[in-house]
Amino acid sequence: MSLTILNAVIAVVIAIAFAALNAAYLVWAERRGAGRIQRRPGPNVNGPLGLLQPPADGLKLMTKQLIIPGGADKALFMVAPVLAMAPAIMSFVTIPFSENIVARSMNIGVLMIFAFASLGAMSILLAGWGSRNKYGVMAAVRAVSQNISYEIPMLITVITIVMMTGTMDLKELVAGQSGGIWNWNLVPSLSSPLMPVAFLIFFICTLAETNRAPFDLGEAESELVAGFHTEYGSMGFGLFFMGEYANIVIGASLITILFLGGWGCPLGLFPGVWWFLLKIYLLIFSFIWIRWTFPRTTIYGLLNLSWKILIPISLFNLLFTAGLLKVF
Amino acid sequence: MGAYFSEIFRGLQSLAIGLGITFKEFFKPVVTVPYPYETIKMSERFRGHIELIENEDGTPKCVACGMCQRACPSGCISLASKSVKYEVEVKGEMKTKKKKVLTTYDLNFTTCSLCGQCVESCNFDAITFSKEYNLASDRKEDFHFDLLNRLEERNS
Amino acid sequence: MSGPIHIQPGETFILNVGPQHPATHGVLRVKMEMDGEYIVKAETVLGYIHRMHELMGENRTYPQVLPNLSRLDYLGALGYTHGHVLAVERASGIEVPERAEYIRVITVELNRVASHLFWFGAFVMDLGGFTPLMYAIEDREYILDMLEAVTGSRLTYCYYRFGGLYNDIDDEFIDRARAFIPRMRKSLKKYDALVTGNIIFRKRLEGIGPISAEMCRKYGATGPVARGSGINFDVRKNEPYSVYPEFDFDVPVYDECDSLARYYVRMEEMEQSLRIIEQGLDKLPEGPIMPKKKPKLIKPPVGDYYQAVETARGSFGIRIVSDGTKNAYRFKLRSPTYSNMSLFDEACEGMMIMDALALMGSLDLVIPEIDR
Repeated sequence: MSLTILNAVIAVVIAIAFAALNAAYLVWAERRGAGRIQRRPGPNVNGPLGLLQPPADGLKLMTKQLIIPGGADKALFMVAPVLAMAPAIMSFVTIPFSENIVARSMNIGVLMIFAFASLGAMSILLAGWGSRNKYGVMAAVRAVSQNISYEIPMLITVITIVMMTGTMDLKELVAGQSGGIWNWNLVPSLSSPLMPVAFLIFFICTLAETNRAPFDLGEAESELVAGFHTEYGSMGFGLFFMGEYANIVIGASLITILFLGGWGCPLGLFPGVWWFLLKIYLLIFSFIWIRWTFPRTTIYGLLNLSWKILIPISLFNLLFTAGLLKVF
Repeated sequence: MGAYFSEIFRGLQSLAIGLGITFKEFFKPVVTVPYPYETIKMSERFRGHIELIENEDGTPKCVACGMCQRACPSGCISLASKSVKYEVEVKGEMKTKKKKVLTTYDLNFTTCSLCGQCVESCNFDAITFSKEYNLASDRKEDFHFDLLNRLEERNS
Repeated sequence: MSGPIHIQPGETFILNVGPQHPATHGVLRVKMEMDGEYIVKAETVLGYIHRMHELMGENRTYPQVLPNLSRLDYLGALGYTHGHVLAVERASGIEVPERAEYIRVITVELNRVASHLFWFGAFVMDLGGFTPLMYAIEDREYILDMLEAVTGSRLTYCYYRFGGLYNDIDDEFIDRARAFIPRMRKSLKKYDALVTGNIIFRKRLEGIGPISAEMCRKYGATGPVARGSGINFDVRKNEPYSVYPEFDFDVPVYDECDSLARYYVRMEEMEQSLRIIEQGLDKLPEGPIMPKKKPKLIKPPVGDYYQAVETARGSFGIRIVSDGTKNAYRFKLRSPTYSNMSLFDEACEGMMIMDALALMGSLDLVIPEIDR
């Protein structure tokens, strides 16, 4: 019994370490990537290729004073950054990196990840509200309406997949896609011809859910200064930042698991876990690539996209796939 | 309905074109100069702060006429001179003449607007622009240049 | 999305945009009365970097004011100095050699391209896209290097003199300018594909931020702002100065009145400027760059003189009232951005804040030039 508990603790610690390390180094990757796209080198001074930049940044943030603005709701102000990071780390626990690398396998893994993902909006709301800043409140309101309206098409798409595979267990979802690229959920089959569309919808929703550009309305720096984290300095800001990147890793992992066959290796050259990591980092690269290419959408443009395009199409996809499943 | 889908399609197409452009740029070489490690050479005509020009014997060419002082829009040049008697041979006779010799030439670079009116107004080609641009300090006094001093330092 | 909205009294709040705000590109402050995301009323507060350039113009001799003019607008400095030298030359009757005038036009147009390029980048950055700014700066850097090699300075040029130029251009400059034209045309195509065609970009600008021609006339808006509202007015065509009548170029005018129209006007103006530069390099006459006869001391006869020029931001006017001394009696600058800015208060009423800031970006504000 005690061994199982120890195992679980070790697994959770590894999950936390993975999340934190990823968050730190994705900042580096983002800055390097942005640099390359903009034809400049990016951070390259600290250590080889600037690889010591994240620890240096972290050290700087930790040594700064945490300033709580006058009139702010102290409790909410302090809780919000924690709430940004904690759900992201929790979600890591259920993600299967390969057949046997998973901290805690659950038969309702999909449900759990989405439950925790919704908490992310909560942290933005609390941060915006708690910091007693008008920009913060406006950003919080935007972010919440954005999160709600993008969770709907996202969940409808997931329901479509769950309906097709008949399971909510992430491991089984991947197992169902094993045996080559043509078995991946991304590839349209006879019973699910609209899968690429579903993938696109899910991809866009992931961008919006993680507050990535072009949907980064919560921190739209050219309008709302820094949005919900305007008043945050020190590690409070650091946690928001890391939470954002941890969420991106979760989002990429989910896309990989739901659509791209998880750890399934199309060529089988190396163990599945490396395939999994390769897939999520390619997805993350595309997130970075998109962020540094497009301008930001407006809040109404964003809601129009969700309610007028994504939700109708995903609903149609759900009904269509349900009908086809009944037929075949 | 057709318009609805064609708009979605054209929108996605335009986004793909944009992504293509940034992807191509991703593999192009970096165009920036990593500044503190590498610097670029300033062009011939670069207007830095001013410097005095010396004669062959190392004394400044400046005759302390004060034209630059008057031309300066910001009043950042202040110079002082003293009269020196010197003997010169004119037609086999030794004559005593007076001339002005520069004693101080201060440039208050904090107010200088680098317009170059001083250099232009100088009738003796006694001042020029330096090519220095790496000027940084946290003390105001560091930008009060004693140009005569700088000239001597350059010569020694 | 914009339009009149009805709100209950007491449900609004005041939002201070600026004086330090990423969207205002300087120290401009806009006091906005907001109803959620909607602007009920806006009030621009100016003067945070007022430096009394007009008074300086009255206290200094004419040549001493020369560097001041390039401090008005740090992006398109040459256009402003051009206005100043033209005004003083007209006042004191100084003849300008043709070569000097041609070089002036070439450099002013290069500067206009540089200014529009920077505007383009900053405008897209206002809309949240960072990368076009870097590409625009890369092209602009080419122009700045070119101008630095001639003028000795990168932004605050102080290149023109009463009667001519500070120094002549060399073959290297001409070669670089010739090489720049095809390069810039290629870049413009890239910007078109990367930004103009982008659906997100178009959705944010099409039909957003309407400024009617009537409003432009009311506030005295000029330049690309007026031309984006269907007013065909360009000082270079309507009140020709310098050697502009000898050039063949078009004035782009759009009737849509929205932010996208203003964007199109500026992008097309770059193309037209390239045409002018091309012709200028071909026609460039030989000769001196300073007149043989030039008064030692500039003392315009008693009188009232006015000269308007088309800068990158609009019509810049300079009025000099001379009392016959070496200082001007009155030195009045009519800066285009000031007029363009004043219509923001009225134009942004009832808009959402993000659209209003896109509109502000499309006005191409340079704050030191508003405050003078």
